[in-house]
Amino acid sequence: MLNAFMSYLGSRVTPGDANNQLWALIYILIIFAGVSVAVIAMNWLERKALAHFQVRLGPMRVGPHGLLQPIADALKLLLKEDIIPAQADQVVFWIAPLIGLLAAFTVYTVVPFGPSQAVSDMNIGILFMLGVSSLGVLGIVTAGWASNSHYPLIGALRSSAQMVSYEVAMGLAVVSAILMTSLNASGTGTLSMIDIVKAQQEQHVWFLFKFFPLGLIAFVIFAIAMVAETNRAPFDLAEAESELTAGFHTEYSGLRWSLFMLAEYAAMIAVSSIAVALWLGGWMHPFPNLLNAPAWEFIFSLFPGLTFLGLAGIAFLGTARMPSHSFFRIQRAGLAVFAALLGFIALVLLVIAVVGRNADSSVAANFREGIDYVYWFVLKVAVFMYLFIWYRATWPRYRFDQLMQVGWKVMLPISLGVLIATAIVGVIVG
Amino acid sequence: MIDPANTLSNLDLETPEKPYLDSNELIINMGPQHPATHGVLRVILKLDGEKVLGTECVIGYLHRGVEKIAENRTYAMFNPYVDRMDYVAAVSNGLGYCQAVEKLLNVEAPPRANYIRVILTELNRIASHQLWLGTHALDIGAMTPLFYTFRDREEILKIFEKYCGARLTTHAFRIGGCLYETYAGFEKDVKNFLAFFPPKIVEYEELLTGNRIWLERTKNVGVISGADAIALGVTGPVLRASGVKWDIRKAQPYANYADFDFEIPTGENGDTFDRYMVRMIEMRQSLRIIEQAVNGIPEGPIMAKVPKVIKPAVGEIYHSIEAPKGELGYFIVSDGSTQPYRVRVRPPSFVNLQALDLMVRGMLVADVVAVIGTLDIVLGEVDR
Repeated sequence: MLNAFMSYLGSRVTPGDANNQLWALIYILIIFAGVSVAVIAMNWLERKALAHFQVRLGPMRVGPHGLLQPIADALKLLLKEDIIPAQADQVVFWIAPLIGLLAAFTVYTVVPFGPSQAVSDMNIGILFMLGVSSLGVLGIVTAGWASNSHYPLIGALRSSAQMVSYEVAMGLAVVSAILMTSLNASGTGTLSMIDIVKAQQEQHVWFLFKFFPLGLIAFVIFAIAMVAETNRAPFDLAEAESELTAGFHTEYSGLRWSLFMLAEYAAMIAVSSIAVALWLGGWMHPFPNLLNAPAWEFIFSLFPGLTFLGLAGIAFLGTARMPSHSFFRIQRAGLAVFAALLGFIALVLLVIAVVGRNADSSVAANFREGIDYVYWFVLKVAVFMYLFIWYRATWPRYRFDQLMQVGWKVMLPISLGVLIATAIVGVIVG
Repeated sequence: MIDPANTLSNLDLETPEKPYLDSNELIINMGPQHPATHGVLRVILKLDGEKVLGTECVIGYLHRGVEKIAENRTYAMFNPYVDRMDYVAAVSNGLGYCQAVEKLLNVEAPPRANYIRVILTELNRIASHQLWLGTHALDIGAMTPLFYTFRDREEILKIFEKYCGARLTTHAFRIGGCLYETYAGFEKDVKNFLAFFPPKIVEYEELLTGNRIWLERTKNVGVISGADAIALGVTGPVLRASGVKWDIRKAQPYANYADFDFEIPTGENGDTFDRYMVRMIEMRQSLRIIEQAVNGIPEGPIMAKVPKVIKPAVGEIYHSIEAPKGELGYFIVSDGSTQPYRVRVRPPSFVNLQALDLMVRGMLVADVVAVIGTLDIVLGEVDR
């Protein structure tokens, strides 16, 4: 077992390709924990950012600047009574959140955090991703049906119709990106997520800028469709709180409700990862072919550590800016500890960057590269997460028929046109 | 005009005797506890999928018997109660009541009192419209305007608080004029607000007016024609958005509205967007009125000669004012005693709510919420 553990460390393929179940399991655990933490962080960030958009402060009481609020919420939800309505379909009601959660998390098997930082490099990666993430709607529909209540039913019907219609535009946009991967010497494209990113490196361009503006349009269509796909504002009809109280999860409370939330946020991160991998160059840092001298590599590898250093600095600044009243003593100490923790992470990352600066096959170099890849990937995904919050703060909600109209009459024709145009331009240019 | 065969009494509210979630026709109870019914309104919706086949409003969850209470109070004692009807426009309620009793007593409030009344009432109109805008936008899914409007509404409430000590249920006026002289710095505060608020309206409009989703959600939604609106007794911005130029401040000027130069905005289509625009313009017009009033406020007494014990002669009176939500009328019958024999309030929210069914029939569920928001009802006033 130790052998299986050690032998993988030097290799530069995914555990799935190395046929190393132990490391696959480790990756799965890391990703599960990482996504869960990201969801918690996202929860805090959303409330905080949304509050600041809306001239409020957001959570401030539980922990310094409400940092512990998500944990308090999670605890509260765990301790709440588990209510299943008497008239509900008990079994389906029980299963529904799990379906959504499973669909959201299974997608991460093929998310390419780096060239070898994925559980598996599936050769049908993108198909798997689209297919599994669409299963999420099943959880919503069953939840709405099993609740045996009118509001959830309407919410579920809305959401199924919405997801099915936006999936079409989304798929066509994805196909146009996949077409671009085939513009190489051999003329064969790929469906593997990792190879799609690599194709962008080979072609020296993010697919976002390929055949300008064709790539951009396809990306924008995907970016819109993914908001609809995850039921977020302005397409949050399934849970439109002012119309359907809470939509499909009206009857859910406590842990089951939180599973829905977890699934929703996990799905948001998952679809953002697709967008990043397909159009924004995945794990690559900016200008990977231009700035590839060892000095540049070193500078870019300092970024993760510097980011955490910056966060630590902000936290320390927060400590200094806290009112000097004894009431804030514990909060101040807590924030200082948090800042120190961030600083420690920054230090570790910087040490790794310095130790592993030589591009040899040592474990440290391998580790440094891995951190680098994951950092850039997560940074790009984080931009999308911020956009999700921004949308929510800015826009009113679409009406159901308008949503369908936009999906079928605007997005579908455009994505079809972009697909055809990409094919034609690809043949002419490539 | 309204087709009698299409009215609510024909709404079959019996759920069909079919087994498990028959979805051919869905009867949904929207409210009394629902995020978008602005209080405790219950709307029974009959749905075909998402389409609304009919509605029935069930009201009375907030009934406090305000009109009955009036019969057991003296005229002056009843004055604070009217603030509790439309609690977001308490000043307007008080103005209407005080003026109705003054009319009954044949008393005129002195000019300075009228100016103070106009300033506060128009400020209150802005505050009411701000609350409407925030909640209406929230119903349609735009969260952020709510917080902006509440932030700016605070400035108005601060003026109220400084003037009479209360922020919402102000009880600002008394029969015969005002009890309180303006506080030192009142005019400065009002002028500061006049300078502060116009950019804020622009800010709201930036978020909404040109927003594609907002336009799609409001244009041609909840359309009511001018004739229908008149037939249903709809007043206020809802009526004006249908193209009927009827504003009691111009039509039957009360207080000293005749002295001021302002315009009555009207819409053309009578849809939700027109009502939105009418109210947005009304806020600007209110600022105009306030500006003229605060610049022309005369010196003098603020209270007319009113007997200590108010005992109007036997008779009856109807007096109506243009409250932020429409025509607010008071019908007071006096039997010559110190207490009114009967007070009947004509609340704009209650009458406007009648138009809901006409406006949402054939629309979608999401439009019901938009229309309830655009009617700008306050349940305290509907139920009284």
